[in-house]
Amino acid sequence: MSEHSIPARIYYLVFATLLLLTLITVEVAFYDLGILTFGVALGIACFKAALVILYFMHVRYSSGLTGIFVAAGFVFLAIMLTFFLLDASSRDWQYQPDSSGFSMVRPS
Amino acid sequence: MSTTVEASHHSGTGENYLTAGYGLKSWLMTTDHKRIAILYLLSISLFFVIGGLFAVLIRIELLTPAGDLVSADSYNKLFTLHGLVMIFFFLVPSIPAVFGNFLIPIMIGARDLAFPKVNLASWYVFTIGGLFTFAVVLAGGVDTGWTFYTPYSSTYSKTAVGLTAIGVFITGFSSILTGLNFVVTIHKMRAPGLTWFRLPLFIWAHYATSLIMLLGTPVVAISILLVFLERVFGIGIFDPALGGDPVLFQHLFWFYSHPAVYIMILPSMGVMSELIACFCRKRIFGYSFVAFSSLAIAVLGFLVWGHHMFTSSQSIYAGMVFSILTMMVAIPSAVKVFNWAATMYGGSISYETPMMYAFGFLGLFTIGGLTGLFLGALGLDVHVHDTYFVVAHFHYIMVGGAIMGYLGALHFWWPKMFGRLYPEAWAKLSSIVIFIGFNLTFFPQFLVGYLGMPRRYHVYPDEFQIFHVLSTAGASILAIGYAFPVVYLIWSLVRGEKAGPNPWNAKGLEWTVPSPPTTFNFDETPVVTEEAYDYSRPVEGKVV
Repeated sequence: MSEHSIPARIYYLVFATLLLLTLITVEVAFYDLGILTFGVALGIACFKAALVILYFMHVRYSSGLTGIFVAAGFVFLAIMLTFFLLDASSRDWQYQPDSSGFSMVRPS
Repeated sequence: MSTTVEASHHSGTGENYLTAGYGLKSWLMTTDHKRIAILYLLSISLFFVIGGLFAVLIRIELLTPAGDLVSADSYNKLFTLHGLVMIFFFLVPSIPAVFGNFLIPIMIGARDLAFPKVNLASWYVFTIGGLFTFAVVLAGGVDTGWTFYTPYSSTYSKTAVGLTAIGVFITGFSSILTGLNFVVTIHKMRAPGLTWFRLPLFIWAHYATSLIMLLGTPVVAISILLVFLERVFGIGIFDPALGGDPVLFQHLFWFYSHPAVYIMILPSMGVMSELIACFCRKRIFGYSFVAFSSLAIAVLGFLVWGHHMFTSSQSIYAGMVFSILTMMVAIPSAVKVFNWAATMYGGSISYETPMMYAFGFLGLFTIGGLTGLFLGALGLDVHVHDTYFVVAHFHYIMVGGAIMGYLGALHFWWPKMFGRLYPEAWAKLSSIVIFIGFNLTFFPQFLVGYLGMPRRYHVYPDEFQIFHVLSTAGASILAIGYAFPVVYLIWSLVRGEKAGPNPWNAKGLEWTVPSPPTTFNFDETPVVTEEAYDYSRPVEGKVV
């Protein structure tokens, strides 16, 4: 566990930033950003999560080993999402027999 | 493992962790890892009996083709509660919470786990989760199957799904806390000289298990929470009628629940390495391969969950990918089995009770593992999916593998935990009865499953009855086999011959301390100077 002493003002600053980002998230929801809507919301959420992990959970001041474990969590999250999307994006593919056995036909 | 015993590791005052305090409060407020292990032993034994009673009712119902003992609805509740109790409240915590808790600090030369209070908290969390499960039974049960498949669980079931979800959600945190404690302890609290490649393979197995607990358990907790939210508030996550995707639930559920199989089996594999090394008087063949195969199983186990979903409307392309990855996870499992066999080759094998369970594990786990390849093959799985073939397969892994390992561990470390020896002849007889009973119970299920008997039905065609009669007869023998240890182990606590520190003449730090160990395990920190399982050198630490 980290023995690093973090000044209280850092916590207040992070807290204020999180509140500000929450307000921005709500405000942005009222605008039609088209294809960017999802990306903006997710980007703000990820940034907020990073602040919590780095400062409130002290990962920024912890050992490299702690960092590896935090990173491992994200790697496995990425694995999970990759396979979800692999399934979701190919669920309507059709398989047709041909001279080589079969082939995949993607919907037009 | 061998050690240089620089000085006596124990005080010799005659006080041990069992006599260090008396009264209920001294147990309920303890932070001693060994006492917490005993609390877990009592708790999971209770759940094993309850889960077993549900199994007895299932097997009696299936004696005849007609549904003449319980109704279809009651049968649904019986198999659901059997699965829930056995998986979440017995198999997952069994070896880690009991033997991991008791042994990890001693095996690495530490006085306790890194976070003793968190350890006690994990038992309380487990107990609270268990109380919710009792409440589920009182509330009339739950009928979703232990898999909670949506949208049935989230929308249509009229049973106590919410209460069950809360119980499982809470219990998951017990797993997470235990895994966290083990990881930190193994990283930070090893004795001087105890490098990673001198660690007992039991520790490697628990390290890999802990990684799965940490990385996987939050996912199933969130999944079940989402079911609860959809059920209570009607938000559309999994129910297609509300805009959700039921297959998403299966992805989330199996992302944890397939690796959960390795939470159950990896600790058992760690036990096997200890037993085989001790009773063959040899260092484990290919130590580092066996060690890394635990990590490989932990990682690859997270890449194969889609083989549970071949018939779920998951895409065929994803199915093919999962099928190939499933074949890969067989490799590290096979590495272990082949290396244990190679360890036995030329070894001085003796046939004490723990080794009998090790033999049982090897045969049954191999059958379970190889039939798993049938189910991992996309084309074949479609035909046997949701049949008794699957039921037989996972019982060969979970009962034949995990429980054989659990019983092997119980018999191997019982003298260490309680300082008493049990009657060897009775114990050996019980291991044989369990092996015979197990095979008679579950082998016919491969056949009846292959012939087309679906799981989770209490009424079936007449031609399948012979297989169910055999299975129920086997379950009766198995129940007798399980009852034996209850009797002779309790008897041994009172009448059993006193055990010395090292009744098996085994290597490892736990065998250098008294039986039962003192509260702080070691008076002085041990210094490790030898490899694990170095049976070519004389065993040390035999002083009483």
